[in-house]
Amino acid sequence: MRHIISLLMENEAGALSRVAGLFSARGYNIESLTVAPTEDPTMSRMTIVTSGSDDVIEQINKQLNKLVDVVTVMDLTDGDHIERELMLVKVRATGNDREELKRMTDIFRGRVIDVSDKTYTIELTGTEHKLDRFLQAIDHTLILETVRTGASGIGRGDRILKL
Amino acid sequence: MELTGAEITIRCLQEEGVEYVFGYPGGAVLFIYDELFKQEQVKHVLVRHEQAAVHAADGYARSTDKVGVALVTSGPGVTNAVTGIATAYLDSIPLVVISGQVPTSYIGEDAFQEVDAVGITRPCVKHNFLVKDAKDIAATLKKAFYLAKSGRPGPVLVDIPKDVSNQKAEYSYPATVSIRSYNPQVQGDIGQIKRAAQLQLTELVRLLGAPCTNTLMGLGGFPASDQQFVGMLGMHGTYEANMGMQNCDVLLAVGARFDDRVIGNVAHFNSVPRKIIHIDIDPASISKRVKVDVSIVGDVANVVSDLLSVLNSSKQKPDAAALKDWWKQIAEWRSANSLSYKNSSELIKPQYVIETLHKITGGDAFVTSDVGQHQMWAAQYYKFNQPRRWINSGGLGTMGFGLPAAMGVQLAHPGATVACVTGEGSIQMNIQELSTCKQYRLPIKVIALNNRYLGMVRQWQEFFHGNRYSQSYMDALPDFVKLAEAYGHVGILVEKPSDVEGALKEAFARKDDLVFLDFRTDSTENVYPMVPGGKGLSEVILAEDL
Ligand SMILES: Cc1cc2nc3c(=O)[nH]c(=O)nc-3n(C[C@H](O)[C@H](O)[C@H](O)COP(=O)(O)OP(=O)(O)OC[C@H]3O[C@@H](n4cnc5c(N)ncnc54)[C@H](O)[C@@H]3O)c2cc1C
Ligand SMILES: Cc1ncc(C[n+]2csc(CCOP(=O)(O)OP(=O)(O)O)c2C)c(N)n1
Ligand SMILES: [Mg+2]
Repeated sequence: MRHIISLLMENEAGALSRVAGLFSARGYNIESLTVAPTEDPTMSRMTIVTSGSDDVIEQINKQLNKLVDVVTVMDLTDGDHIERELMLVKVRATGNDREELKRMTDIFRGRVIDVSDKTYTIELTGTEHKLDRFLQAIDHTLILETVRTGASGIGRGDRILKL
Repeated sequence: MELTGAEITIRCLQEEGVEYVFGYPGGAVLFIYDELFKQEQVKHVLVRHEQAAVHAADGYARSTDKVGVALVTSGPGVTNAVTGIATAYLDSIPLVVISGQVPTSYIGEDAFQEVDAVGITRPCVKHNFLVKDAKDIAATLKKAFYLAKSGRPGPVLVDIPKDVSNQKAEYSYPATVSIRSYNPQVQGDIGQIKRAAQLQLTELVRLLGAPCTNTLMGLGGFPASDQQFVGMLGMHGTYEANMGMQNCDVLLAVGARFDDRVIGNVAHFNSVPRKIIHIDIDPASISKRVKVDVSIVGDVANVVSDLLSVLNSSKQKPDAAALKDWWKQIAEWRSANSLSYKNSSELIKPQYVIETLHKITGGDAFVTSDVGQHQMWAAQYYKFNQPRRWINSGGLGTMGFGLPAAMGVQLAHPGATVACVTGEGSIQMNIQELSTCKQYRLPIKVIALNNRYLGMVRQWQEFFHGNRYSQSYMDALPDFVKLAEAYGHVGILVEKPSDVEGALKEAFARKDDLVFLDFRTDSTENVYPMVPGGKGLSEVILAEDL
């Protein structure tokens, strides 16, 4: 099953490679991984999307907790949470396609953030699923490049990941 | 007080009460060696290979419960140390390994003798550090010692660039340490805790009245001479231990990680309806390979003492009738006599050598071993009654571990009897340490069970590869007696069963000498019982099956 795990870790050189190394050494899947410093600059927050059986997910959580640089771990999938991912898509936008692409972007509540005479760059935020649907909805032969951040996640309401 | 990084490093070792540093010098650690030279409190043991430095620190730690310390130079010094670090990691041994690094401004330039020490060791350390400023050395070493010995112990590497060891900084040794992300269950004197735990464990087993088995790593944790002890379990465990594991109603596992060599095939192990209670300090060890019914995360010492007080005050007592039936069943399995072997008057049987070793040393020696058949025979036939006496590489199974580990043990316990049980294959992986033994006058007794084969490999080839002995015959062996003599030691060749006891007596009577005993043993002997890889604990090959 797909799980989204959030963690706080020391904002130190090497911390990221400890997490990435753990996943490769133990053969766990990483679907996506995002990381950036938090409001407390000594700490980074990471979101990992992974998948595996319940036993594997339990081990992933325990092994992450064992890493000395990892301060605290929360499996967001265990409760109510929100996920968002950012995608930038550059598309060939000429002739009639310009209008159609703009329309689709509006329907998906995206924005065109860069325009040239032949291209649009579209910014879209949402769940992984929504971004996938957008890519399916437009004519895929027009896609020049896509870049996605991978999911970031946060608990709903009182579910807070703090030290 | 302003000191150089190298001075700070040595001060920290002094503060930690480090008695011995096992190491090998080189360019990147010259400032540190210079400071070692200027003081006497921390003694340095010059090994002949960095792998041996780490194994020696490891043997020191295993036999004392103190943190072992090794010091190596950058590049090849670190890469040579990696096998030792991984060996300690898999068996959860507390070590601090200090490595030199190229100067900070050279890092990343493929400088002379540069390797990414932190990167190379990351998967086989509990934690590691690269120190980029001399002002951070003290706090880092404090953390390193704390991490190594608290919670589930393990090796910690501290990488110090050469310029940092020569840089001046304000020094004070931190009195306390805290790491916000790290909250170990145990702190304090692990040695004392573990000794207390062994006594309590024995009390618990008596109270429960149930049979008790030990893993290879646990031998000595419960006295082997006790009636309730059924021997080691696992791949080469006794029939009664393995059948007991498979058929019991309730299994209480105390600090054991259900390794594949312990439980065999997982599905087969799980195919019976027993209940499992698992005590472990590391939550990640629980339900990693085998789902357990009750898990207790904590230090064995605390948990067992709590268990004892609950049980002692409880009105419920073990069901005497059920226990009687169970012991009757155990006795039946025991009567298979799975460790029996046919002694011979022509060929030296390895089992006989170990039994005689046990007799001559009164069962009271520190025994280190290498890896292979000889290791299993030592585990099976030397009946350990105390913890920390049996020193071997279980998790990584590192050939070459035995002799350097014995050096660490002997230094930690001057005057104690230390035997290294080895094979003619394994001993050659760190034979150069005979030179270190000479330099520091370590009177280790090397018990080489020389079967002229990589015996454990040969055994698998005999059982599972149609007797095709691909590369398992050790040809062109050295004359070990002459070799021992060349290093300045005593060598004794033993070729007849009738000479075994006399030779062992003579060797152990030489209290001040390292004696290398070259026992020419039966080269076709196999280790029994054996649960083949991937099979269940009851699917065992016994000696008489063949
Ligand atoms: C050739 C060869 C053959 C082998 N054959 C066998 C065999 O037949 N039988 C066998 O048993 N092994 C055998 N082994 C060894 C095997 O590979 C494992 O190393 C061993 O079984 C592991 O034992 P363990 O789980 O007791 O110890 P460890 O691997 O040391 O694990 C200890 C566990 O206890 C926990 N722990 C540590 N300290 C505490 C504490 N203070 N409180 C609570 N929990 C704690 C740790 O978290 C860990 O989970 C063999 C090895 C080799 C090389
Ligand atoms: C460094 C290393 N290389 C290879 C092995 C695989 N291996 C396990 S036992 C063994 C044979 C050991 O031979 P020897 O030391 O003569 O012991 P014996 O089995 O004959 O008693 C080998 C090669 C290992 N455990 N360690
Ligand atoms: Mg051999």
